[in-house]
Amino acid sequence: MLLLPQLVIVTVFFLWPAAEAVQSSFYLEDPFGFGATFVGFDNFVDTVTSTDYGRVARFTAVFTFFVTFLSLGIALLLAVKADKVLRGGSSYKTLLMWVYAVAPPVAGLIGVMLFDQHVGPIVEFFALFGWEMQIGVDYFDTSFAMTVTAVWKQVPVNFIFFLSGLQGISKSVQEAASIDCRSSFRRFWTVTFPLLAPTGFFLLIINITYAFFDTFGIVDIIVKQEPGNNPVTLVYKVFLDGFRGNDLGGSSAQSVILMVLVFILTVVQFRLIERRVHYT
Amino acid sequence: MAYRKTVASLVAAAALLGTSSASYAATEISWWFAHGGHLGEVVNQIGENYNASQDACQITPVFKGTYEETLTSGIAAFRAGEQPNILQVFDAGAATIIGAKGAVVPAQDILENAGVEFNSEDYIEGVRNFYADSEGKMIGMPFNSSTPILYVNEEALEKAGVEAPKTWEDFQEIAPKLKEAGYVPLAQSHLPWIFTENFKSRHNLQFATNNNGFDGAEGTQQVFGEPIKNHFTAVKGWLDDGLFGYYGTGWGDNQTPFNEGKVAMWLGSSGSFGGIQKTVEFPFSATYLPYWDAVEGAGTGTFIGGGALFAMAGKPEEENKCVASFFEYLTSPEVQYMWHRETGYVPITNAAYDLAKKDGHYDRNPAAEVGIKQLTLPGGEWTKGYRMGFYGQIRDIMNREYGRILAGETTVEDAFKNIEADGNKLLERFAKTTSN
Repeated sequence: MLLLPQLVIVTVFFLWPAAEAVQSSFYLEDPFGFGATFVGFDNFVDTVTSTDYGRVARFTAVFTFFVTFLSLGIALLLAVKADKVLRGGSSYKTLLMWVYAVAPPVAGLIGVMLFDQHVGPIVEFFALFGWEMQIGVDYFDTSFAMTVTAVWKQVPVNFIFFLSGLQGISKSVQEAASIDCRSSFRRFWTVTFPLLAPTGFFLLIINITYAFFDTFGIVDIIVKQEPGNNPVTLVYKVFLDGFRGNDLGGSSAQSVILMVLVFILTVVQFRLIERRVHYT
Repeated sequence: MAYRKTVASLVAAAALLGTSSASYAATEISWWFAHGGHLGEVVNQIGENYNASQDACQITPVFKGTYEETLTSGIAAFRAGEQPNILQVFDAGAATIIGAKGAVVPAQDILENAGVEFNSEDYIEGVRNFYADSEGKMIGMPFNSSTPILYVNEEALEKAGVEAPKTWEDFQEIAPKLKEAGYVPLAQSHLPWIFTENFKSRHNLQFATNNNGFDGAEGTQQVFGEPIKNHFTAVKGWLDDGLFGYYGTGWGDNQTPFNEGKVAMWLGSSGSFGGIQKTVEFPFSATYLPYWDAVEGAGTGTFIGGGALFAMAGKPEEENKCVASFFEYLTSPEVQYMWHRETGYVPITNAAYDLAKKDGHYDRNPAAEVGIKQLTLPGGEWTKGYRMGFYGQIRDIMNREYGRILAGETTVEDAFKNIEADGNKLLERFAKTTSN
């Protein structure tokens, strides 16, 4: 009985829409809703065999990997350094954290301004080294801008978690370790890092989900709603086909594929990685 | 609880107040449109002027975002039974809304039912057929109509000692001189619209089977021949030689370098006229969209782009009468001329065009007439327009593949193969949605 409110919420906001998506992925419907034809797996076949789907999927995988890896790596480095700062620590931490408050589309907008092909300061900076960036024209340059913006937006969240994780490690353990081993680098990998693992695992899942779904706003702003030959993520493609293209069946099929993908990913993560994580 | 009640009663009171003051005996109709900025102000002005011109009807224009967003909200509203009386739909969405039988009342019917005389001959050649069915019955009322034209920076041309090109062959001759003078000779803002749809029209080439798609969605397929492939091969060559600049899919990204005086010539919309006039510091003029002289039968007119107003179905007769009355007002020469003058979009009726001429508008701004003159060039079999479903997505596919050609990621041949494969699959899917 006490679970009831939560079950209702889950049903209304998660299960019902998901069921609707699964249903409409098997139908071909005219946008105005005059009629739907059952087409079986046609929508899925059309989606997967389109010349672009593989490219988008590949980009999504690479993008997710880099965003997750870089934002976790940079945040961990900053957190370890910040943990050691004694004086002015709080202002230093605030400085690193404020970006968290920036909404993804705003982050995208800032990215667009910095990377603008006509007046962007970052573009001008790289031009000094002979790299003529053309965001929106060159596939690699646009991917680069997207990744940088997405990482920049995510580092503070990770930073906060890592920092609190580090501060949760008891001083006695660290002191004992520093007596045993003089190399702070080795100390970090053998003692601190394993103790941080629960935090790290949690962040890994959060970050993969972030790179997959929440970067939508950044992608949208950077491609200016006109993707052209620019890289887009799978989630963004769902939006494009559904809302720009009014193709409900095709876009539902894509989102069902994504649902399955996320499900598999979650199972794999819990099965494989969590086994190696020790909760204290 | 008490608080909630107060709020509810306040809202109710406000609603009552709103209705009683605004629509005393007048029928209210709504109009969803997609123009921001200066254009949006002009749209609101038209609404206000209309309301002031008579007492029976009150129109409320509502801004709904970009073209795509406006269409999507219109569709969502229709499914919920909350559709506006008038919805603005852009060129690429025409097939979607016309294909959905029962979603709209044809503009011609709405006018005739209300006893307003309608003659499609009153409308300009390139405008008449674009939103009509295969028998020429007008479904959508053309509203913001534009066509691609070539804007030139007079200063740049003078420096290079050349004249604006009439054909692409001319362009190839003058482009190196413009480059020598320190300019990027050419840029454009919309590859699917300018270098595909209107390329077809300007050369009088078939764009799709089934009479460019007008005869029905069933079995409609895109047609790409040698001329357009040769064109893209040439464009890629120009890009490599520094004779052409490509700044991505965004409209503004390609127009900005022209406005800044870096690009000598820019292919844009006749509706860009007003904006350019306000921004640029150099003398500029405009001319027709160039064509390849080598293509037989080339040099025909272009068709319109932009958007049209659709009267949504499922509304009471009384409101439809008001829609008719508004359409009549909108197409009157005075209103059309005002719209044309303020925005650069072409007037859609011959009478409005005559009025603009008589008023001396084109003596003052010769460039403002280029678009409409191009639309009235002699037409051909394939210059009426096209009707393809899921066309917004097809345009995205074109942009993707064209972008890849220009970035050197693919060949012209492969790119068109992909456009045909993905595009035709979408057309096939669309045919299935409309067949029931």
